Amino acid sequence: MEIAKIGDWVQIHQIVLKTEERAAHLPDDTKKVPLELWVKGFALHEGKTGDEIEIETITGRKIKGELVRVNPRYIHDFGDYVPELTKIDMQLKEVLFGGEKNE
Amino acid sequence: MNRDMSYSAVMGRKNEIMKKAIGIDYNVFESGDIAFDYERMMREAGYSLEEIQRIQGDTGVGNTPILELKNLTALARKCAPEGKGARIFIKDEAANPSGSFKARRAATAVYHAKRMGYKGVIAATSGNYGAAVASQAAMAGLKCIIVQECYDSKMIGQPEILEKLRACEAYGAEVVQLTVGPELFYTFLSLLEETGYFNASLYTPFGIAGVETLGYELVMQFRERLGKDPDKVLITHAGGGNVTGTARGIIKTGAENVEVVGASVDLSGLHMASDKDFNKKSFTTGHTGFGIPFATWPDRADVPRNAARPLRYLDRYLIVKQGEVFYITEALSILEGLERGPAGNTSLTAAFALAQEMDQDQTIVVQETEYTGAGKSPMPQISFAKQNGIDVLFGDPDTEIPGKNIVFPEHPSMIKAREFDIDKARTSYIRNAITNYGKNEINRNDLDFLIKDTKSNQNYVLSVLSEIGVNIK
Repeated sequence: MEIAKIGDWVQIHQIVLKTEERAAHLPDDTKKVPLELWVKGFALHEGKTGDEIEIETITGRKIKGELVRVNPRYIHDFGDYVPELTKIDMQLKEVLFGGEKNE
Repeated sequence: MNRDMSYSAVMGRKNEIMKKAIGIDYNVFESGDIAFDYERMMREAGYSLEEIQRIQGDTGVGNTPILELKNLTALARKCAPEGKGARIFIKDEAANPSGSFKARRAATAVYHAKRMGYKGVIAATSGNYGAAVASQAAMAGLKCIIVQECYDSKMIGQPEILEKLRACEAYGAEVVQLTVGPELFYTFLSLLEETGYFNASLYTPFGIAGVETLGYELVMQFRERLGKDPDKVLITHAGGGNVTGTARGIIKTGAENVEVVGASVDLSGLHMASDKDFNKKSFTTGHTGFGIPFATWPDRADVPRNAARPLRYLDRYLIVKQGEVFYITEALSILEGLERGPAGNTSLTAAFALAQEMDQDQTIVVQETEYTGAGKSPMPQISFAKQNGIDVLFGDPDTEIPGKNIVFPEHPSMIKAREFDIDKARTSYIRNAITNYGKNEINRNDLDFLIKDTKSNQNYVLSVLSEIGVNIK
């Protein structure tokens, strides 16, 4: 569990539309889940993970939602090593340069 | 203020919200029927090429270099029949301030917003356009909100989109992230109403006119360098703005014989609004899931009339596979020393195959590259695919099934550009127009419009209309 203090940079979560409020003509799997939203901003009061908290976003909007993270980090990266890509690289050089070995 | 913010109430206020947020009265271009005055809209609601060159010049957008890909051309010639293999060039649009050609679209939209006195801009995009708008808004001192479709219902995000979130935040924007679904539009409208900001839609006349400089520069630079026009220009096609703007710019140079070729990645079978399919795709743009619907019905966008009308300009439309695009992305890096993002290399993949049908003294220009980084590069995208149960193998790319596997070609000679029957797209477009306007007869003006909007001829449109029992008044 994380605790947010006033002024901390946090991420909040909202349910925008419950399953029964969703638009018509959606694929079945999407119909079964709510439309959810996440946004970040500065905490306007204290709170812990799961609490409803009000934030002020970078554009100055004030909104409420469930606190999910304090100081959220970026989680994307360069992924796991993919051996197939190295195989492609080796093949490309082989086809173009004719397999001469570097001495 | 106690406005009804329910889904149906906000959607019901769509026209009113949009009018305030774009500042264009689209009614003046309407005929009341299927037809509208497209060229008048582009002239009066957009900016001239000279004005845009100045606006983009002031923000460091454009004038990107054209690079000749000599090693990739040599590789294509190794795979081609004797004497075949056109020279391949690429316009390095990654050199724009936000790392893609989208800076051109954003520059004009943000300039317009500032001139009209809006305090901020909002764009609904999961792509490079978000970073482009955020970057331009930073330069203009405007506030910026980007609305992204980013996660599935388990809050697993597409790595490519997570990187774009980071880029938008790096440029100082607020990013509102959503799970899968077309009701993103509801959140988007609510935000426009709440803030009074400008809708920096991808599909306004100024956005599309912003891309005209790309086609214009491309031909002028090419003439300066080779003393002639390119034979073919290859354009990655998704929402249609890249094709439309580039082709319009080419036309403005007076180059009459340049073939305009679109290319998309095959994502057939994956539903774009499906929570489960969302993370089974390895491309979030440049794919058929946008390319075909936007070609066959452009007026599905977030503006009343879409300024991006790809069928007006496309001579050919080619389909490539995910595995092929990743393969060519590796080739661009390993053989040309240019590490660029995969989605932007869709048209390069088609160019590699197309060059092999052309003579060696002919030329192809691929009109974009995009930046690359964490999340947005073959390694993270392929490893994400593997985590989502996608098989990754070597074989015949034609056996690739989107959402099931990614097939890298066993040899570069197996890379193909599959012809999409553009007449099929034209037919669907005409059928969609008739259905959406509920017509059983149309007037002369509509007929002329349908001919222009499909780059076809009277006989063609009449034959489609007669198949569906529609008469001319």
